[in-house]
Amino acid sequence: MTALELQGVSKVYGQGPTEVQALRGINLSVKVGTLVAVMGPSGSGKSTLLTIAGGLEEPTSGEVLVDGTALSTMSRNAKARLRRRSIGYVFQDYNLLAGLTAAENVALPLELDGVGARAARDAGLKALEELGLADRASRFPDELSGGERQRVAIARAVIGDRRLVLADEPSGALDSVHAEQVMRMMRTACGRGVAGVVVTHDAQLASWADRVIFLRDGRMADQTSPLQGPESLLAPSQ
Amino acid sequence: MSVPHALLALLSEGPKYGLQLRQEFEARTGEVWPLNVGQVYTTLQRLERDGLVESDDTGQDGPQKGFRITARGEKELAGWLRTPPDLSSPPRDELVIKVLVALRMPDTDVHEVIQVHRRYVVELMQQWTRIKEDAAPGDVSLGLAVDAELFRLDAVARWLDAADGRLTRALADAEIAGLAPDSQPAAVIPALPRPRRRLGVRR
Repeated sequence: MTALELQGVSKVYGQGPTEVQALRGINLSVKVGTLVAVMGPSGSGKSTLLTIAGGLEEPTSGEVLVDGTALSTMSRNAKARLRRRSIGYVFQDYNLLAGLTAAENVALPLELDGVGARAARDAGLKALEELGLADRASRFPDELSGGERQRVAIARAVIGDRRLVLADEPSGALDSVHAEQVMRMMRTACGRGVAGVVVTHDAQLASWADRVIFLRDGRMADQTSPLQGPESLLAPSQ
Repeated sequence: MSVPHALLALLSEGPKYGLQLRQEFEARTGEVWPLNVGQVYTTLQRLERDGLVESDDTGQDGPQKGFRITARGEKELAGWLRTPPDLSSPPRDELVIKVLVALRMPDTDVHEVIQVHRRYVVELMQQWTRIKEDAAPGDVSLGLAVDAELFRLDAVARWLDAADGRLTRALADAEIAGLAPDSQPAAVIPALPRPRRRLGVRR
């Protein structure tokens, strides 16, 4: 089942001499349970693709479908509800609310969606437990390390009945061990039936994906072939 | 990899039989570094001849013969662990040469050539990452070996990115300078590196 589909999506910023064509006719389909990575140099349109896929920005032309529903046909309220319920976001700078504890940050999307405070908090604690952060639940973001903050951000992105998790450079400035942990969490979420899209310039991060898409000047320039088994790597060398 | 030193390392844990050494060698190097197992026995004989290991006087050659490391063997092993391997660059880096050649061919899109290699490198990295993902959580040796491959390939991917960016910038500079914007970079940018000398050779 396709969780996310982009059909001929283009995005233009500005007009006349300052016009910038950020995306040009992007077609992309991401099935439930798969992780797609989007690579490309700075300015290739990676982040724009992600914000449009998540309904945070509208395309100039083309259509975005989440779970088969075109975002352009949805009312503002319905779109807001979809973003709250079905789409999880992980941003480069985590975007945790400084005045809330780790558990409260994780539970926030549920509370905003009308889940009772206690039930939301329990779900938040459980999500933190799964990520080995139970003892950090009542800490505030500035009391957490970079790696812990990022794990809290991922817990918040995957909590509840999410269908789509979108991550923009989710390893940020993390070291390779923590970056790997972040990607393992993304894979786990996909294993539970989420579709994931990760935007990154880091090939090691992208290599966790089932499919890697390469953007160039707003166009989809290339993509990897379906993954082969590891046998070819393990053949005796000589 | 160095079979003699791998055997010395196994014996540094305590005396072992030939068969046991062979089995442990296979188990620890896993599938990442396949080895002709016949080498194990001949290597042990050589190590004994050089005084780096001692064997049971009683036993015949074969799987049941016991071995232990000598003080000289310990010293040799410690020295080997701390001796840096040869990390000097190869005399010719094939990928660098291909990109440099592409640059000089008027009808070839260098960015496309770079992308073909980038895709291949990322596909290889995906395969290694999947091996790491599927490995048992406690298999640190496999994790380390796969990481080494991933970091090596990552360096290639980064070089390709840097080459791509450098060429894009060079072309933009050439356009600003009023040279033909639609020409192949090599034709319009005299300052681009050319394979005048053998790249990668240390002076």
